[in-house]
Amino acid sequence: MTAALELVDVTAEPAAIQGRSPLALALRRLRRDKIAMISLAVIILIVLMAVFAPVFAAITGHPPNEQYRDIGLTPEGLPRGPNGTFWFGTDDLGRDILVRIAYGARVSLLVGVFATAITVVVGVVLGLAAGFLGGITDTILTRLIDVVLSVPFLLVAIALVSITGPSLSVTVLVIGFFSWASVARIVRGQVLSLREREFVEAARSLGASDGRIMFVDVLPNVLAPVIVYTTLLVPVVIVTQATLSFLGLGLPPPTADWGGMINSSQNYYTTAWWFILFPGLALLITTLAFNLFGDGVRDAFDPRADRS
Amino acid sequence: MLRFLLRRLGHGILVLWLISMAIFALFFVAPSNVAQTLAGRQATPETIALIQHRLGLDLPVWKQYLNFVTNAVQGNLGYDYYHQVPVTTIIGQALPITLSLALGAAVLWLILGVTNGVISAVHPRSLADRGLTLFALFFYSFPSFLLGLLLLYFLYFKLTLAGFDWFPAGGYTAFSDGPGAWFQHLVLPWIALALLLAATYTRLTRGSMLDVLGEDYIRTARSKGIRESRVVVRHGLRSALTPVVTQFGIDLGQLVGGVVVTETVFSLPGLGKTVVTAINQQDLPVIIGIVLFASAAVVVANILVDVAYAFLDPRVRLH
Repeated sequence: MTAALELVDVTAEPAAIQGRSPLALALRRLRRDKIAMISLAVIILIVLMAVFAPVFAAITGHPPNEQYRDIGLTPEGLPRGPNGTFWFGTDDLGRDILVRIAYGARVSLLVGVFATAITVVVGVVLGLAAGFLGGITDTILTRLIDVVLSVPFLLVAIALVSITGPSLSVTVLVIGFFSWASVARIVRGQVLSLREREFVEAARSLGASDGRIMFVDVLPNVLAPVIVYTTLLVPVVIVTQATLSFLGLGLPPPTADWGGMINSSQNYYTTAWWFILFPGLALLITTLAFNLFGDGVRDAFDPRADRS
Repeated sequence: MLRFLLRRLGHGILVLWLISMAIFALFFVAPSNVAQTLAGRQATPETIALIQHRLGLDLPVWKQYLNFVTNAVQGNLGYDYYHQVPVTTIIGQALPITLSLALGAAVLWLILGVTNGVISAVHPRSLADRGLTLFALFFYSFPSFLLGLLLLYFLYFKLTLAGFDWFPAGGYTAFSDGPGAWFQHLVLPWIALALLLAATYTRLTRGSMLDVLGEDYIRTARSKGIRESRVVVRHGLRSALTPVVTQFGIDLGQLVGGVVVTETVFSLPGLGKTVVTAINQQDLPVIIGIVLFASAAVVVANILVDVAYAFLDPRVRLH
């Protein structure tokens, strides 16, 4: 009886000490981080709000661009405060602010995701190429990185958008175009030291091509810093998009986006606090959630680095 | 050292040259209707052609660029399209405003960021540490225009309503026209900018302070019986500041080139606001001039950072 029990113990033990990949370990640490998990929940709520924006319109019965000049504005033509019909009040044209915030989340998230994706893909590929191939490729790419990092980003972004005319794809491209260089620089630095490691030599002696070594052997080793950088880049991109909108270079009206709403609320902040408060809060909560989550991701991937 | 500086300067000039070409190309690919705007609605095609000729817009692009570079090398960045004011004069007028804004804010954010970072690092994981980290992240997440508008709402609008006429809604008074008014106009923009940037410095100082405080020589200093405050500040902070100096150079370089959002929110006619106006008017010479100036500021700041590095850390050799 006791012998049988011991036997069970012995067979159970190897299963308990199963190997965990660094990624799995990081995810485990992340799941234990309460602040990061709360932030993730908030991010999911914002995503749901964006996805189900039409539901907000259906429930309130107010399409995002419908101007209620009769019931949505005071007799003096000013925005109306929060009430039973318009829960978050109305804007200067008598539109429902709640519904427009829900639709605005779509713009912020779309730009955030796509611009970050472009930035990371371009940055990783060029950083890998520069660090791994070295020689003339490295010289040219490093120069290019220097040029892009020396450009006063916001100034040139404004100039570019003013030439091409604002649109979703232009915003995404402009942000991506100026952001890849930082990623490339981080990846290049990592690859420079990885290149000299034994496993690269081993792969080469097996006859692997440069491309294979770069993407199959080296790339997984730079993923951790890239993942951390990516999560922290999303809020930066969202703020940049909102800033362009705020400066009048957002999506052409009547499309709802948070930066544009805050821009048009400027002339009313003394009379209609809700006009700036709700879009402002939406933007602030979003960037805060992404930053807190990104902070957790950083801690999870690099437990040695103190929570800095 | 001299060779290092010459090499970096050459490198910087190359960067500026590439940027100037890129901007030139961009603006000439896009259709411009400056001549039309200047001539007014009733203009005949002849008037428009004449204006285009006077602005040099009828020349081939490469020739316009050649003229621009020839003049730029001699310190002439051209004239704005609307009032024929030299671009260098425009930059000269806007620069003191941007500098006042950037430098004043820099003092604030350095004090705030480094102090908070040191407090956090001396008592890691304490309540103060967590509070300050959260404080930093909060303001780091704040979109700058939102923070600016918020300050205006509470410290200008609400205070003025309450009878305290301390802060104006915006605008600028030169230091020579009264230091008091100069200060009053800049306090809110300084705070807005400093709160935003201090966050990065809190994180940086905290991280590098924690590394440094774990070093052997800090233990040596403590075992010699030196006061803890002296150990932290004289022995610890001094070597922990290297990454802070690097970041400071980069940030200052960026800011000198124009603080677009803060200047717009607080109606400060600095470089950032000037370039936004120029962009709206398609005033090409002004745009190119300011963007080049801003890029030059970044390039120079990067060189200075490298030099400062060598001074702070004797192990770094420049070559």
